[in-house]
Amino acid sequence: MLNTLLFAVLPYVAVVLFLLVSIHRYRKEPFTFSSLSSQFLESRQLFWGSVPFHIGLVLLFFGHLIGFLFPSQVTMWNGVPVRLFILEASGLIAGLLTLVGLVGLIVRRLGSARLRINTSSTDIGVYLVLMVQIVTGLWIALGYRWGSAWYTHTAVPYLWSVARFAPEIERVVELPLVARIHIVGAWTFVGLFSFTRLVHLLVAPVPYLWRPVQLVIWNRERRHRRPGN
Amino acid sequence: MDVRAQVSMVFHLDKCIGCHTCSVACKNVWTDRRGAEYMWWNNVETKPGTGYPTGWEDQSKYKGGFEKKEDGLELRAVGKVRGALTVFHNPNFPVIDDYYEPFTFDYQNLFDAKEGADQPIARPVSMITGKPMEIESGPNWDDDLAGSKHYAAHDPNLANVSAEEREALFDIERLVFFYLPRICNHCLNPSCVAACPSGALYKRGEDGIVLLNQERCRAWRFCVTACPYKKTYFNWSTGKSEKCILCYPRLESGQAPACFHSCVGRIRYLGMVLYDADRIEQVAQTEDHDLVDAQRSLILDPNDPKVIADAKRNGISDDVIASAQRSPVYRYVIEWGLALPLHAEHRTLPMLFYVPPLLPVMAQKSENGHYDTTHDDFLGSIDQYRLPLQYMASMFGAGNEAPVRYALRKQLAVRYYRRAVTTGDIPQEQADRLLKEAGCTPEEADRIYHLTALAPFDDRFVIPPMHREEAIEMLDEPLEAKGFAGMGIRKRPERGA
Ligand code: HEM
Ligand code: SF4
Ligand code: SF4
Repeated sequence: MLNTLLFAVLPYVAVVLFLLVSIHRYRKEPFTFSSLSSQFLESRQLFWGSVPFHIGLVLLFFGHLIGFLFPSQVTMWNGVPVRLFILEASGLIAGLLTLVGLVGLIVRRLGSARLRINTSSTDIGVYLVLMVQIVTGLWIALGYRWGSAWYTHTAVPYLWSVARFAPEIERVVELPLVARIHIVGAWTFVGLFSFTRLVHLLVAPVPYLWRPVQLVIWNRERRHRRPGN
Repeated sequence: MDVRAQVSMVFHLDKCIGCHTCSVACKNVWTDRRGAEYMWWNNVETKPGTGYPTGWEDQSKYKGGFEKKEDGLELRAVGKVRGALTVFHNPNFPVIDDYYEPFTFDYQNLFDAKEGADQPIARPVSMITGKPMEIESGPNWDDDLAGSKHYAAHDPNLANVSAEEREALFDIERLVFFYLPRICNHCLNPSCVAACPSGALYKRGEDGIVLLNQERCRAWRFCVTACPYKKTYFNWSTGKSEKCILCYPRLESGQAPACFHSCVGRIRYLGMVLYDADRIEQVAQTEDHDLVDAQRSLILDPNDPKVIADAKRNGISDDVIASAQRSPVYRYVIEWGLALPLHAEHRTLPMLFYVPPLLPVMAQKSENGHYDTTHDDFLGSIDQYRLPLQYMASMFGAGNEAPVRYALRKQLAVRYYRRAVTTGDIPQEQADRLLKEAGCTPEEADRIYHLTALAPFDDRFVIPPMHREEAIEMLDEPLEAKGFAGMGIRKRPERGA
């Protein structure tokens, strides 16, 4: 029963929340979309937190995504031990970078009165969920070798089954406790995502790469030129 | 020719008395809010000095503006590639301590303190943390501190001034300074706009005002780094950048911006100019030496029938053209050649022009210890300027002394000429000869005198009707927009989660 709730219901609740709240928030509260940078109040320590944290996270994100999209290719790649080691080592390094960065960010925030004033309870929630994810992720990587090998025939089929609206929870309920925490944590993360500052990820400024350098907006010419709408 | 209109400005530095009324007017209207306490969209600094934020002109630290590269212009520190690399931590981003930590005083203690042997005091309290703090810096921290080895000596504009002249500048008996009021320059080639990856910053087509859409800003904060004048600011509470809006709601209702309207010295002028947008890219790549002249060449003659025809074809209304013909900015910048852009070398094509100050020019301390204001070669005295010409050229000439010298000589000649006219203690022929040498006619001198010294309100601010009502008709239901001056956000701006 609890398993059904956590692995078959929670995912849909999380994804629906993610979609509805993000879209609603983007349309009704565009002002609240911001990375809420805190560099203005503290810059030196931010470097040692934010940079490893983000680099690690972006790598981990793509790592999980590739495993999800191309499970058989990953299994084939892992057929040669050296390649398995390379993949596992990269994942571990990314995880450690993220952990170091996150600890750095938390220490920095606690240590500065200026930053504490500017910290909301959702910021603390984000730190908590991320911390659980990173610690359980590293634990899995070190304690249950080799994650990149078994991820592709346990969690990946489970994720696809969720995507097909026929969740096969038996693929994951037997996993070690840490792995199950990692999965439930992930759905929690997705569900809470759009209530937090994490929405800055959704507005990552990719179109800038092909935009003309200058931007001129005319009030009088055409309706669609109006900014922000 | 792509003719466009721009609200442009002139500040006449000779008249600025450094009273900061402008700054306070702006603060009261726009930045008296949480997260914006430290912002001075209008600030007035003492030159030589380090300014606000401290040392803003030092681009080896802040890396603002554009650099000329072989294949065109490139933002110094940010832009497409470097921006992507520094989004998580921007090494050239100014932090609060480069400005100052905003403070207030614990006045309540004056009422609540227990009776005791000592007078109660109001201790300074941080406006960020609310905790008691030591004040280490503030807005205008080096106000009037020219000559200070601690501040003025670090003015980046002194870099090209000879050691001897530098020494002289800090000689206590020869101290000299002037005030530099600064707002956003509403540039023609704004580096803040070029740097914003969200497209939140934009230039308004009709009047050239550069605005920052609060609903699109995502705090990537590249604009703050990119503006060489440090005129975009980061609101640490809302997590959004902000900048001077040239009081567009006031302009749209025919009023001068608050800092202009309140200016005690009447140093500020505002008017429309027409310019050729097709040439912006080419002009912005001119060599430093010719940059000031090239920038001025962008501004078109509003009485030229061809310009008028092209302007009309581009949808510029007759009111705007008529207003450009009366523009005091066109007079100072183009007709008279008296007003120059600040730090044109960053290639943003700033549209705020400064008349370089004459006052500290004149007196030189002579051998016998007296201030000597007489000089055989009267106009030549400018080269013995108390403030080295190279210093002024570093600010107003992109390193080239010629446009600065021209502006100073002409001002000096006009002053001399007016003295001949009003007091008659100088032979008129001599005054006329000086005018001629400075490239000026008596008629022009009279017009310069009129707009500079008498400076009637309606001649200083020539604001065309902005036809906001037409714009609103195109965008919204007119009735919905009733009583609404064009402000984008109608709710209290609150920090996102
Ligand atoms: C490529 C996409 C991303 C971009 C461009 C980006 C950018 C930023 C920026 C500019 C900041 C503000 C840093 C500062 O100056 O204080 C920030 C903070 C943050 N980002 Fe990202 N980010 C990205 C992806 C992510 C991801 C994938 C996550 C987590 C799942 C994440 C989580 C966070 C958190 C938790 C903070 C707050 C850090 C703190 O202040 O303690 N970001 N991000
Ligand atoms: S002065 Fe700075 S903020 Fe203003 S338009 Fe120019 S680059 Fe942008
Ligand atoms: S109000 Fe006018 S005179 Fe006073 S400091 Fe500002 S610009 Fe100068």
